[in-house]
Amino acid sequence: MKPRAKIHDRRKSLSPAVIPMYLWTILFVAVPLFYILGMSFLKKAETWGVVMEFSLESYQGIFNPAYLKVFGQSLLIALLTTLITLLLGYPFAYFTARLPKKWRSIVLLLLIVPFWTNSLVRIYGWIILLQGNGVVNSALLGAGIIDTPLKLLYNIGSVLTGMVYALMPFMILSIYNSVEKMDWSVVEASRDLGAGKWKAFLTTTLPLTMPGIMAGCVLVFVPSVGLFFISDLLGGGKIMLLGNLIKNELLSAHNWPMGAALSIVMMAVTLLLIYLYKRVSGEKSLEGLL
Amino acid sequence: MKTKKKTRFPLPELYIILLLLLFYLPILVVVVFSFNDSKLFQWSGFTFSWYEKLMRNQTIWQSFATSLQLALLSCGASAVLGALGAVGMAGRQFKTKGLLENVSLIPIMVPEIILGMAYLTVFTLFRIPFGMVTMVIAHTTFCVPYIFINVKARLTGLDPSIGEAALDLGASSRRMFLDITLPLILPAVASGALLAFAMSMDDVVISFFTNGPNTNTLPLQVYSMMKMGVTPEINALCTVMLGAVFLIVALSRLFRVRRKRS
Repeated sequence: MKPRAKIHDRRKSLSPAVIPMYLWTILFVAVPLFYILGMSFLKKAETWGVVMEFSLESYQGIFNPAYLKVFGQSLLIALLTTLITLLLGYPFAYFTARLPKKWRSIVLLLLIVPFWTNSLVRIYGWIILLQGNGVVNSALLGAGIIDTPLKLLYNIGSVLTGMVYALMPFMILSIYNSVEKMDWSVVEASRDLGAGKWKAFLTTTLPLTMPGIMAGCVLVFVPSVGLFFISDLLGGGKIMLLGNLIKNELLSAHNWPMGAALSIVMMAVTLLLIYLYKRVSGEKSLEGLL
Repeated sequence: MKTKKKTRFPLPELYIILLLLLFYLPILVVVVFSFNDSKLFQWSGFTFSWYEKLMRNQTIWQSFATSLQLALLSCGASAVLGALGAVGMAGRQFKTKGLLENVSLIPIMVPEIILGMAYLTVFTLFRIPFGMVTMVIAHTTFCVPYIFINVKARLTGLDPSIGEAALDLGASSRRMFLDITLPLILPAVASGALLAFAMSMDDVVISFFTNGPNTNTLPLQVYSMMKMGVTPEINALCTVMLGAVFLIVALSRLFRVRRKRS
């Protein structure tokens, strides 16, 4: 009797093994996040740092038209990135999941390997391709399709290209997982009952793979507002993302409360998206996203 | 499903191949132009000179050493923290368990820049000098979730009574951990650590906010070189990095195939 009770107590109590991670999480996740939450309500000092005085200045500052424009632009890029990765990635994931098993793993490996290489390397490739005297322009000029080099780099198109390229694997892998798990007999049943190919797809396959689509969308949308180096390198400083704005507020404008307020808004949006994902997909833990 | 076999147009296969080609195009371009005898991106002859330049570039090697040191340290620290955490949480229901889990996953859930800016400001507040220490703290924090999730997934498949049986039979908790739990979770720790290592080696954003004056990581070095302008030396460096990744992938595949056979 006694050992059972001991084990029952064991199951309720905090194991000493958790303590290091517990402390680490409090010290290096919770404290810094609370710190920026607090700082976002403080006043900016004249030169550097913050003044210990409650203020909503920073949050009001977000409604400054210049900031709103960046918000809009960043949101637009994030939405377009998500949409393009979804439209290009869905067929890829779907077709891959229907390949013979041997080929499936080869395609997945080929998809993931470039993704393991440094993200800067992949961005760099696009710079070489899209430059004024780059590969695409040379090829087009050489083929006589155009007379003057096209402006392919340093615009919204090149930033989108980089974003889509960097984040595509997240979308494809999420959708692939749900297509692979799918119960094909449901689709067959709908086909047997007379549904056409497309109707069967829209009424069965698409709803069944919705968790994967949603996970993919969250995984693409969330980082795409913050990847400042992609817009720096491919947008030539002309395209500002929320990430660029935060970076500038911190390092150039030295307006810490503003940077903190922007981060808090960004985090709130992210956590809201994750919450919605959990609600709609019925996934209990966050790991469904990974 | 496929009862009638018609020869159809291989659209799915073509689409997959086309998209994969597009994925590899930028990489291919980087590799090809690393051997180009001109700074311009028009082919003008084969050369190894960019690799020679790269070999002599002390700054790059220095930053590579920094990256490696950083990745190893944070990978090791996070492996201990994450694995112990997952083991300690398995089969237990203490009050703050859900909260702890969710908070510890925040670093990989929210955009990296948030963590980066939080660390920049907090370390400044506590006057912790920026350098290897701050970077290891930051990297460890975002590496813990990868290991935690992997080990947790491994443990959910296991029956907690295996360990409890050992306890009932008089083993100490430590004995139980070393003899039963650790061998079971080791593969999960290893695969989580590998992912964490890759993430640490690749990170730009968080390192950007936490690095010190003399601790540029390789990605930060590449980033600043790219901002200065495009030179084939970066191509050479990128090609070397690509080569390393492909080699590791190939070796791990080979290893896995061998293990499956035996």
